[in-house]
Amino acid sequence: MSIRIDKLGVVIGLIALYGMFAASFAVLKPNRILQGQAKSMLESLPGASGWGLLLLLLFIILIALIRVPAWSRLVGAVAALAALVFAIGFAAGALTPPGNSYARVSPAAGFWVLVFAFALLAADAITRLQPPPWMRLLFLGVFALLVWGIFASDLWAGLSIMKEYAGRSEVFWSEAGKHVTLAIGSLLSACLVGLPLGIFCHRVPSIRATVLNTLNLIQTIPSIALFGILIGPLAWIATNIPGAAAMGIRGIGTAPAFVALFLYSLLPIVANTVVGLAGVPREANDAARGIGMTDRQRLIQVELPLAMPVILTGIRIVLVQNIGLATIAALIGGGGFGVFVFQGIGQTAMDLVLLGAVPTVALAFASAVILDALIQMSSAVPQRATSA
Amino acid sequence: MTPTILVSIWVPRLLRGLLLVVLLAFLLSPESFESLLKPLVQPNAPAIYNQGSLLTITLLHLRTVFLATVAATVIAVLLAILVTRPFGAEFLPLSRSLVNIGQTFPPVAVLALSVPAVGFGEKPTLIALFLYGLLPIFENTLTALTNLPRPVMEAAKGSGMTSIQRLLKVELPLSLPVIVGGIRLSVVIGLATATIGSTVAAKTLGEVIIAGLQSNNLAFVLQGGLIVGALAVLIYDALGAVEAMLARRAGLA
Repeated sequence: MSIRIDKLGVVIGLIALYGMFAASFAVLKPNRILQGQAKSMLESLPGASGWGLLLLLLFIILIALIRVPAWSRLVGAVAALAALVFAIGFAAGALTPPGNSYARVSPAAGFWVLVFAFALLAADAITRLQPPPWMRLLFLGVFALLVWGIFASDLWAGLSIMKEYAGRSEVFWSEAGKHVTLAIGSLLSACLVGLPLGIFCHRVPSIRATVLNTLNLIQTIPSIALFGILIGPLAWIATNIPGAAAMGIRGIGTAPAFVALFLYSLLPIVANTVVGLAGVPREANDAARGIGMTDRQRLIQVELPLAMPVILTGIRIVLVQNIGLATIAALIGGGGFGVFVFQGIGQTAMDLVLLGAVPTVALAFASAVILDALIQMSSAVPQRATSA
Repeated sequence: MTPTILVSIWVPRLLRGLLLVVLLAFLLSPESFESLLKPLVQPNAPAIYNQGSLLTITLLHLRTVFLATVAATVIAVLLAILVTRPFGAEFLPLSRSLVNIGQTFPPVAVLALSVPAVGFGEKPTLIALFLYGLLPIFENTLTALTNLPRPVMEAAKGSGMTSIQRLLKVELPLSLPVIVGGIRLSVVIGLATATIGSTVAAKTLGEVIIAGLQSNNLAFVLQGGLIVGALAVLIYDALGAVEAMLARRAGLA
């Protein structure tokens, strides 16, 4: 039996070796904003634990190098990531001088490089396995449980990012709520307006170009400018229209951010609805007419289900984009995870930036996985219907 | 030509020409527009950005986007060529999912996270724009290279071309319009994203907008936003024309 070398494994191995030996694993700072002292993996992990991690990672790199079934690569990658998660928490406890409450331990470049390398290995294994949608959702669920487990246990309590969290856990969850409300609320209202508008554009081709060009123009206005431009009109509405202020409409804050995200969301939803409806096969429409369906029945029972994967793709684009853009709402007092990002930039406290950035990335990633699974499921339905 | 076709061709062209003229006039002599913007601000506040020349800031903005797009184009096209050769075929499925995952990273997060590595200023903005620019160009190049007409490829093989000759003389010229389409998309995303770079002290038009947000000056916000919007529309259309010309030359349209 000959051993064959996996080319991607070579790349991952080189990245991981760099992370293990050429970069520092953790950094010990005298307080939350000062520059710190870089520590290598063996310096960060006392005694045998450092060597243990080193050997485990080397063994998993070896698995990545030779061609083995994708399942064992996935198990190896997950084991490596879990070991890294444990090790960084352990290192935080070991590096912090006893009794010193100002000292901070953060993951350093080497840790992030290693996480990147093994996440790459996991992504490759999952791509090769081509898991069905429900299994991808299961993976995501297990991943979410693990993250919750880290929070619930004291595993990372010594890390700087968790100390930033501990000081503002209440604010964190209220900003998280605002972030999700902004991103999903604007998406839902864009669907309420965008879907009928898309259907209308499909039925009346003469207005299609005008509507799409107008929505395209809105997309060219940079987000921070659109937030700012909306402050004026919304302040006017709040002072001049009775009841508006009571509904929470203000010049600054959540209202302009919500309206801006809503406006940005319209184009992908309307455009994809138009494209999806245009892609419905003529035969399907003819058959529906032939069996005497009314226009409305045809729309709901034939056209929309067939166009659903394309419409959902538009919704995926919007949701991922909105979760990212909602961070910018913090600049105009709209709240969200951006609050921590911009406070952190202002104080040059990078762990505070991480406290805002990591949940944003995780949220965007999770919604992409969920919607990708939904898209695949919705495009499988019509096929099953025709083969049955 | 019927009058309606004439109208549908010439009216957009005229509007774009007008937009270009207004933009240039505003950048070269912003003071002459002061009376227009004056009603938007408090009586004593300046109506035209006064902490630097709008023309210089606009040129710096364009330079940042240009540098990032050139770097992104080179890397994305090289990567797409690599994963479509037999040698790199193993990387193809992963590179597709990486493109997908990469798009879920919000620009602000990329900007903020690259600050500790490279410091404040233009560099984090260049990194964020580069990463964002990569994705559409890579995706388009990949689509173009994997969907080339089979008869053309067979003919090229049959005429005894080496694989490098095929790449340079057949595959790339045929893919060029679609690649330019990707560049076009990434430039427009970059123009808007560069404004966020000003939150980490990059010299872009975002500076004007943020100054407006901080001093509650709607005129600043509006002029910064509209300059970026006008640039995006004009560059998007210009690259669209390049794309159409290349498609005609490649005999695709």
